[in-house]
Amino acid sequence: MLILTCPYCGVKGEETEFHSGGEAHLKRFGPGSSDADFEQYLFMRENPKGVHLERWRHANGCGKWFHAARCTVTLEVFGTYSAQTTEPPQHIRDAISARRPGWTWREFS
Amino acid sequence: MRRYSAFAIAREAARYHSGWERAWRSPEPKKKYDVIIVGAGGHGLATAFYLGKNFGITNVAILEKGWLGGGNTGRNTTIIRSNYLQDPSAAIYEKARSLYETISQDLNYNVMFSPRGVIMLAQTEHEVRGYRRTAHANALQGVQTEFIGPDRVKELVPIINLDGPRYPVLGGLWQARGGTARHDAVAWGYARACSDMGMDIIQQCEVTAVRSANGKVTGVETSRGEIACDKLGLVVAGNSGHLAQMAGFRLPMESVALQALVSEPIKPCMDVVVMANTVHGYLSQSDKGEMVIGGGTDGFNNYTQRGSFHHIEETVRALVETFPMVSRLKMLRQWGGIVDVTGDRSPVIGKTPLGNCFINAGWGTGGFKAIPGGGWATAELIAKAEPGPLCAEFGMNRFIEGRFIDESVAAGVAH
Ligand SMILES: Cc1cc2nc3c(=O)[nH]c(=O)nc-3n(C[C@H](O)[C@H](O)[C@H](O)COP(=O)(O)OP(=O)(O)OC[C@H]3O[C@@H](n4cnc5c(N)ncnc54)[C@H](O)[C@@H]3O)c2cc1C
Ligand SMILES: [Zn+2]
Repeated sequence: MLILTCPYCGVKGEETEFHSGGEAHLKRFGPGSSDADFEQYLFMRENPKGVHLERWRHANGCGKWFHAARCTVTLEVFGTYSAQTTEPPQHIRDAISARRPGWTWREFS
Repeated sequence: MRRYSAFAIAREAARYHSGWERAWRSPEPKKKYDVIIVGAGGHGLATAFYLGKNFGITNVAILEKGWLGGGNTGRNTTIIRSNYLQDPSAAIYEKARSLYETISQDLNYNVMFSPRGVIMLAQTEHEVRGYRRTAHANALQGVQTEFIGPDRVKELVPIINLDGPRYPVLGGLWQARGGTARHDAVAWGYARACSDMGMDIIQQCEVTAVRSANGKVTGVETSRGEIACDKLGLVVAGNSGHLAQMAGFRLPMESVALQALVSEPIKPCMDVVVMANTVHGYLSQSDKGEMVIGGGTDGFNNYTQRGSFHHIEETVRALVETFPMVSRLKMLRQWGGIVDVTGDRSPVIGKTPLGNCFINAGWGTGGFKAIPGGGWATAELIAKAEPGPLCAEFGMNRFIEGRFIDESVAAGVAH
């Protein structure tokens, strides 16, 4: 069972309390961008077997979006953090490194 | 290979079954093959089989990290149908369904294909319109389906409750030549035939890296050493993202867990397959008498091969309202598989950024039915290094070009 802690209201809940929003930190490409950028942004995904940075919403709680760093193989959650950031903060990177030395994820690691 | 037949059974009966051969060899990997297929699921094995049968390419290895058929091919609810909406889907799924009709003879292996008929229930006005549209599309595609009313549904499925508490049954899309097959047997039958053609099926052999030079694959690293190849086929379903990462590209798909369960065996009570997409439950009865039940997918990236508990409750709730007798059944087993889902819910069969590396993936929750057709198309792709008519539309470039094969609207989520 997947257990997440909302970084806003501090509530710890199991997965039915939350809604997954998929891969995090996508760079948005809009009208005028190249086909390749648009394709990468809209369709191409990391889909890693291991560390994944992703978006969640506390749907049956405070309703806010946040970020989580999670292992897709064990469902271990390394930490959750604010939605108001375009990359994982240092304490989250450190928490992942402590559990998964040498991890990589896109340009962040 | 000694053929299986009634005569063989009699012969073996007379000598205490001492003469049965192993169904396939378990060779050591060679240094190099013309073609390496990663993944000995149904699609990987069928690809290898048609490479040999249709193109005479037999210097082939199929590498499998676990045991053959141990992925989704051995974990699905075995529903076979071809009543899709879009033309490219109807073509490849109907090719597969029609190959299933004679596959037991072609492979000399009984896959127990049972064209018992599949009903997809319409439980909202929207679904009624959607399935009427699909029936018209199928008529143009040469796929035999019809829209039937509630009375006919009740006739075909006496145990159904037409007036459920939430969604009454308003009709259904009926494909009389859809049905089920024994999933393991499909993998085993193809494996036996591949081995007989001289191909090497190497189990307990995990691919851990893809070697390439100048934009071309040269071989793979595995838990049993390095193996070189001229062409590489990636046919690893839920692990496609992982393999693509090794090969240095990304895919338009994500992996999630899908689960299923079976009940204790009971006397025959339902001789068709019923899919209820609105309430989300699927039911058929196996030859052993178990009720085979398809559940839901988790909403997040997942490689755990089990699936969340709450889906069991949701699935059983849907079934109890549709088939009240289910409330008296004990469930025997529950399991999950990792399925690879694309944005338009259609598979990817095509080239990759590496010139001699090809992919068959993205079948998501519904690729068992497609195994013979998917293998047929992927073999042609690998042999000619160009997609043939069956998979021309399924290349990854459809995402950049906006030519989706949108089955998500048409089918909701379905097996
Ligand atoms: C619960 C459930 C119910 C389903 N119900 C239906 C249904 O009713 N009808 C239907 O049509 N479809 C259904 N499906 C979908 C169907 O099972 C799949 O689409 C289909 O089996 C995919 O076949 P495959 O050969 O591509 O994948 P798989 O059978 O998963 O084969 C891939 C193989 O690759 C191997 N592999 C992975 N990584 C590596 C590596 N690094 N090195 C070597 N080998 C590797 C795996 O071990 C695996 O054996 C269902 C799926 C699930 C999980
Ligand atoms: Zn909250």
